Amino acid sequence: MTGERVTAPAPERLAVSRAQRAVFIFKKAAISALVALVLFSLMIGVRTEAGPSGQLTYWTRFDDLAAMVGAVFGGSIVVELLRQWWGPVGTIRVVPPSVQSALAVARRGIAPLLLIFTFLVPVIFYDQRYILDLGILVLTYVMLGWGLNVVVGLAGLLDLGYVAFYAVGAYSYALLATNFGLSFWICLPLAGILAALWGVMLGFPVLRLRGDYLAIVTLAFGEIIRLVIINWQSLTGGPNGVTGIPRPTLFGIPLTPGDDGLAARLGIEFSPTHRIVFLFYLILALALLTNWVTIRLRRLPLGRAWEALREDEVACRALGINITTTKLTAFATGAMFGGFAGAFFATRQGFISPESFTFQESALVLAIVVLGGMGSQLGVALAALTMIGGFELFRGLDQYRMLVFGVAMVLLMIWRPRGLIGHRAPTVFLQHSHAISSDLVKEGHG
Amino acid sequence: MDYFAQQLINGIVLGSIYGLIAIGYTMVYGIVGMINFAHGDIFMIGGFIALISFLILVSIGLTAVPVILLIVLLVSMAITALYGWTVERIAYRPLRHSFRLAPMLSAIGMSFVLTNYSQVAQGARVKPVPPIITGGYMLHQGSGGFVVQLSNVQIIVVITTVVLLAIFTWLVARTRLGRDMRACEQDQTMAALLGVDVDRTISMTFVIGAALAAVAGMMYLLYYGLVDFFMGFVAGIKAFTAAVLGGIGSLPGAMLGGLAIGLIETFWSAYFSVEYKDVAAFSILIIVLIFLPTGLLGRPEVEKV
Repeated sequence: MTGERVTAPAPERLAVSRAQRAVFIFKKAAISALVALVLFSLMIGVRTEAGPSGQLTYWTRFDDLAAMVGAVFGGSIVVELLRQWWGPVGTIRVVPPSVQSALAVARRGIAPLLLIFTFLVPVIFYDQRYILDLGILVLTYVMLGWGLNVVVGLAGLLDLGYVAFYAVGAYSYALLATNFGLSFWICLPLAGILAALWGVMLGFPVLRLRGDYLAIVTLAFGEIIRLVIINWQSLTGGPNGVTGIPRPTLFGIPLTPGDDGLAARLGIEFSPTHRIVFLFYLILALALLTNWVTIRLRRLPLGRAWEALREDEVACRALGINITTTKLTAFATGAMFGGFAGAFFATRQGFISPESFTFQESALVLAIVVLGGMGSQLGVALAALTMIGGFELFRGLDQYRMLVFGVAMVLLMIWRPRGLIGHRAPTVFLQHSHAISSDLVKEGHG
Repeated sequence: MDYFAQQLINGIVLGSIYGLIAIGYTMVYGIVGMINFAHGDIFMIGGFIALISFLILVSIGLTAVPVILLIVLLVSMAITALYGWTVERIAYRPLRHSFRLAPMLSAIGMSFVLTNYSQVAQGARVKPVPPIITGGYMLHQGSGGFVVQLSNVQIIVVITTVVLLAIFTWLVARTRLGRDMRACEQDQTMAALLGVDVDRTISMTFVIGAALAAVAGMMYLLYYGLVDFFMGFVAGIKAFTAAVLGGIGSLPGAMLGGLAIGLIETFWSAYFSVEYKDVAAFSILIIVLIFLPTGLLGRPEVEKV
């Protein structure tokens, strides 16, 4: 919060009468509706489809068009009314101190509560396979989000190709396990190391780039990895993917109904849910490892260097921080966690194909990090929960899902570009800001 | 040699299409300093609008091909330009002074919106059209029976590109709008102080870029005879590569870069492997940004603290 800045409404705004305001809103809505009419006229008003003989046919859908234009008209009135009710952009509502302190308590309490709840999820929802699967999915994205958070949130390097490392991890495990029969617990670190190596390989060439250019290069890198996976059929199986990836074992004890299975050894009845619960705790452990390492790293000089890099690269260099190692470690650390998550993904699915590693996936993870406030661990976790939960809500409307996602991303950037839930704050900052007299900062006095 | 000549022709045609898209990227980057990630999807929308208006015109009984082409061109330019304007108005203008990653992320969101909007509105399947312009010239009959051909479509694509480029260069160099655009590119605050309407100029930049992308979309439709909702993504990245290769902010550079990317892609497909042509294009993007970040005709960017 930047002080208690409350913008007063401009005097002329008060003088505008109700009627004038209504006319203004109506006019604006009419213009929006007109624009919408032109925009949607051909794209929605006319539907094309290739007929059975390959000939393209079309039919009109003027009712849909009218509905859309009407929706834009109504929506524009609502938005305008909301805007007038909320006041000019930049208005900061003063929150009473009592509410603020209550919020602070809630904020401190939410992380442990969430953690305890997560630990108890398999106990509470033991019979509900769907919720357990959803929990595993959410935790996978929490882990990916925390991994990308190192690169984007801490080091400030916009990475649009994070899914590449996820893919490297998944394929490393899948290929090592199916070709050499290595177990999950040997492959997991290997997948992480390989992904980290790829992270460094990406990091080296892009050291000089920043901002948008860096983003586009990482995007290209992610696409290259995906295209190579699709086309290198002899190694990766191409678009068909890798099947028959071994399931994980509890340090060598398989979770199968056989005699050497975990259930038989413990003398309890076998249930397929055991494996789901095991996977749940596995990804929870991996995610917590990511979180713990990140929190620890943040307090090391390396983490401080990342944050300094995020705030100002030129100043960072002027202070003698080695930009090369700082950037490379950020890429490698983030990539390693992506690789771990990928290996987990492969063992959970039992099947992977390049379709799981598209740019949309990168954008989704990035959206989680941004929504979580770029750098806030709790924010990322909550954002992953919101995003994946939201996606599940829209599962029935499958083809509208990405549309809604895109709209949400745009609105989020306009409304709260700094993130919805958390906000990034430097770990270290000056406790007291000293006012320095001007005669002290003259040349030669520092 | 004949094979080479044929690939050269194909590459130039493809490069013209990339060049038209690249102009939109380079202009927006020059003025606003952001990658308009949704520009590839604007190109896709342009292709769709051209397809639909073409279908309607044919079904109402119009037969004169030049008239159809002209109307389709104007309609798709006009409507797509409005798309460009709307995207800027909704997704970018509110973020003009936000933190530096915000417009980029908003643009990615907008790209998803446009892609999935056309998927929802027009279905996921590829839309084929029968060849609209047929015929061509046989340039050279080789000894091995290989014929170098120049089709009428290819001629139209190249001529349209050259004409539009000429109009556009004149627009930037000689008109009031072009002067405003160059002023905004150099210093927005100063331009505003001198009475240039910055918001309007930026809007117009998006409008012109989208109109050119619509032309590219229509040319793509004529040349390949199909459009689909996902074609904007890869074409957009390639066109962006072209803009960077030519030197971002430079108009002749965008065209030059477009031609270079078109030729590289065509020759790569012809002599190495078709499967890896996109990999080749993306690798060029990375290589160019690393070794030649200012591009062929760009000015070096000096970072100010």
